[in-house]
Amino acid sequence: MAYDKFTQLKSTAVPLPIENVDTDQIIPARFLKATKREGFGDNLFRDWRYNGDDSPKQDFVLNNPIYKGKILVGGKNFGSGSSREHAAWAVYDYGFRCVVSSFFADIFKNNCLNIGVLPVQITPKFANEIFEAIYADPNTELEINLEAQTITLLASGSQESFDINGYKKDNMLNGFDDIDYLQNMKSDIETFTESRPF
Amino acid sequence: MSKSLFDKVWDSHVVRSIADGPDVFYIDRHLIHEVTSPVAFVGLESRGLSVLYPKKTFAVADHNTPTINQHLPVQDPLSANQLKTLEDNANKYGISHWGLGHQNNGIVHVVGPENGITLPGATIVCGDSHTSTHGAFGAIAFGIGTSEVEMVLTTQCIMQPKPKKMRISVNGTLNKGVTPKDVGLYIISQLTTSGATGYFVEYAGDVFENMSMEGRMTVCNLSIEMGARGGMIAPDEKTFEYIKGRAMTPKGADWDKAMTYWETLKSDDDAVFDKELSFNASDIEPMITYGTNPGMGIGISKNIPSAESVEGGKATYGKSLTYMGYAENEQMIGKPIDYVFIGSCTNGRIEDFRAFASIVKGRKKADNVTAWLVPGSHIVEAKIKEEGLLDIFHDAGFVLREPGCSACLAMNDDKVPAGKYAVSTSNRNFEGRQGPGSRTLLASPLVAAAAAVTGQVTDPRELL
Repeated sequence: MAYDKFTQLKSTAVPLPIENVDTDQIIPARFLKATKREGFGDNLFRDWRYNGDDSPKQDFVLNNPIYKGKILVGGKNFGSGSSREHAAWAVYDYGFRCVVSSFFADIFKNNCLNIGVLPVQITPKFANEIFEAIYADPNTELEINLEAQTITLLASGSQESFDINGYKKDNMLNGFDDIDYLQNMKSDIETFTESRPF
Repeated sequence: MSKSLFDKVWDSHVVRSIADGPDVFYIDRHLIHEVTSPVAFVGLESRGLSVLYPKKTFAVADHNTPTINQHLPVQDPLSANQLKTLEDNANKYGISHWGLGHQNNGIVHVVGPENGITLPGATIVCGDSHTSTHGAFGAIAFGIGTSEVEMVLTTQCIMQPKPKKMRISVNGTLNKGVTPKDVGLYIISQLTTSGATGYFVEYAGDVFENMSMEGRMTVCNLSIEMGARGGMIAPDEKTFEYIKGRAMTPKGADWDKAMTYWETLKSDDDAVFDKELSFNASDIEPMITYGTNPGMGIGISKNIPSAESVEGGKATYGKSLTYMGYAENEQMIGKPIDYVFIGSCTNGRIEDFRAFASIVKGRKKADNVTAWLVPGSHIVEAKIKEEGLLDIFHDAGFVLREPGCSACLAMNDDKVPAGKYAVSTSNRNFEGRQGPGSRTLLASPLVAAAAAVTGQVTDPRELL
C-alpha cells in the first residue's frame, strides 16, 4: 500500500517509558479479526487504555489530554513479539507518524517502515532527556528531519542523528514502496525462479 | 571465502543487492493464514496485481479456529468471515488451502514440516513470527508483516537487509526432566527478549545434534523470543530421515540431486560469526517463567529474582510482577494454578503429548485445574489416538480438543479468565496474551503435566 511522503515532522510527543512493549499490548490478538485495514487505532493499547467495561483507564497516557501529538516515544525494545503488521497499522491509524525508542524489535521496525511510520532509534541517554522534557512541559516539541536524519528536542536544542538505509529513506521521502520496486524487476525474478531447484 | 550455514542459504537467494539498502530476497515457500493475509490480497487487488506463483504459497486456517465442534459452522461472525476470506482468496488464485476439516489442517508451523513443505536450504516466510520453527531443517525461515505477504504473493520476493550472524552452542548432557523447551527458555533467560535482535541464530553443539527433529523445531520456534529473526540448525541424517517420503519432498532423481546440495549445508570450519555464545547443558533445569515476557524465566527450583539482580528498568520489572501477582524472592514451586494448556507451534507435536502422558499416566487431573490439550494438527491428533495416549488422557480425566493455535494467542474462545494462572507450553507470557487479564507461566510439557495433576507449580522430576 503506497503511503504519504515523510520529510519533516514537528510535533509534541506522547511519552510511554515502559520497556519491552510487545505487539500484544499495542493491539491484542482478539482485535485482529478484520479483513480490511480499518479502525485499528481504536484498539491501540486496548487493555492498557480501557477497563473490561470499556471505560477509559484514567492513569494511561493516551487518556490524559495534556499529552498528544504525532510522535510516540516508547521505552527500550519497543514492538517485540508477534509479526502482526496490525500493530503498526494501529499506531498509524491512531495518528502517530513516528515512533522514537532507544531500541526497536526487528519485525515491528520493518513493518513501520513498510507503511510510512518512521522508527527513530536514539541513545538511552537522549531518550531519558526527551522523557524528562515532556514531563516537565507536555507542550515541548520534537522535530524530525528525515533528509538530514536528525531528531531535535526544540526547547533545549539537543539533537541526535539516526540511522536509516538509503533505500528506505528514499522510499519514505517520496512515498514509494517496495512493491513498486519489485514489480519493476519482475523479469529478473522470473529468470531467478528458473534456477531454483524446488 | 568461508561461509556459515546461514550465508550459504541466504546468498543463494539474493536476486539483487541494493547499495545502501536491502537485498531482494527470493522466497521458495510461502505460508499464509487467515489473520495476516486478507489485507495483503486487498492490497494487490487495489493495485490490479495478481499472484505470481500460486503453487509456492500454501494457505492454512489455524489462528482463529475453534478447537471443539469443528464440523459445525464457526459461530463468531468475524472469525467465520476471516476463514471464508482465506478460502475465497486461495480459490480465486489457485492456492492450496487446508481449511477447517481438511485432513492436513493444523497449525501452519506443524503441518509445513509434516507434509514436506519445509525443506533444507529453502527460504520460508509466513505472516507469523514463529515461522522460525522451520529453521530446524536448515531452512532460513522467518516471520513477515502483511505488506511483505503482499510482496511475496505478487513477486515471490521481499526486501530484507541481511541480518548479522550469531552462533549459540550448547554442549554436554541434559539433566533429567530437561526438554528442548527448557533449553530454549534457558537461552532466552540468559539473552533477554532483545539479546538477539538484529541477528539470525545458528544453534550448534552436541545438545542440538542429539535432539530429535521435533525438539529442534521447539528450539528454533523460540528464536524470535530473544529478538532473533530466526534460528537454524544444520541438516543431518536425522533431518533427511524425517523429510524423506513426505508428500511434498523431492522424489527419485530429484531427491538425489537435492541431497547433493543439502549435504553442503553446514557452516565451514572457519566461518566467522558476529557473535558467539556458549552454554553448558548441565546448567539447565526444567524452566518456568514468572513474569510478562519470555526472558523472565528461571529454573523451577529457584526463587523469583530481585529487581536489583535483573537487567533493565525497575519500574518495568515491578509492573510485570504486580501484573502476575508475585513478589521478588518468592519461590515458584507450590504456586497455585488454574489452567494448563498443552499445544501450540512450540509444543503441539506428538513428542510433546508423549511427554505429557508420561507424567499424567496413572494419575488424575487436579480438580482445580481446567486443562486444554490441543494437538498441533490432525496428524498429531491421529497419532495420539494410535499410540494409546488418548486412553491415558481419558483415564486421567483429560479431554483432547481439535487442532489449532488455540489458547496460545486466545483469538478463539479458548481464553484464560482475568486473574487466573495458566501453565502453558506456548511461547508468550505477555500481559493478556491468553485472554484479557490472564497470567501465563511458560513451561515444558513435563512441567505442564506436573501442574495439571497437582494443581500447583511442581517440579516434574519428582513425578518422573
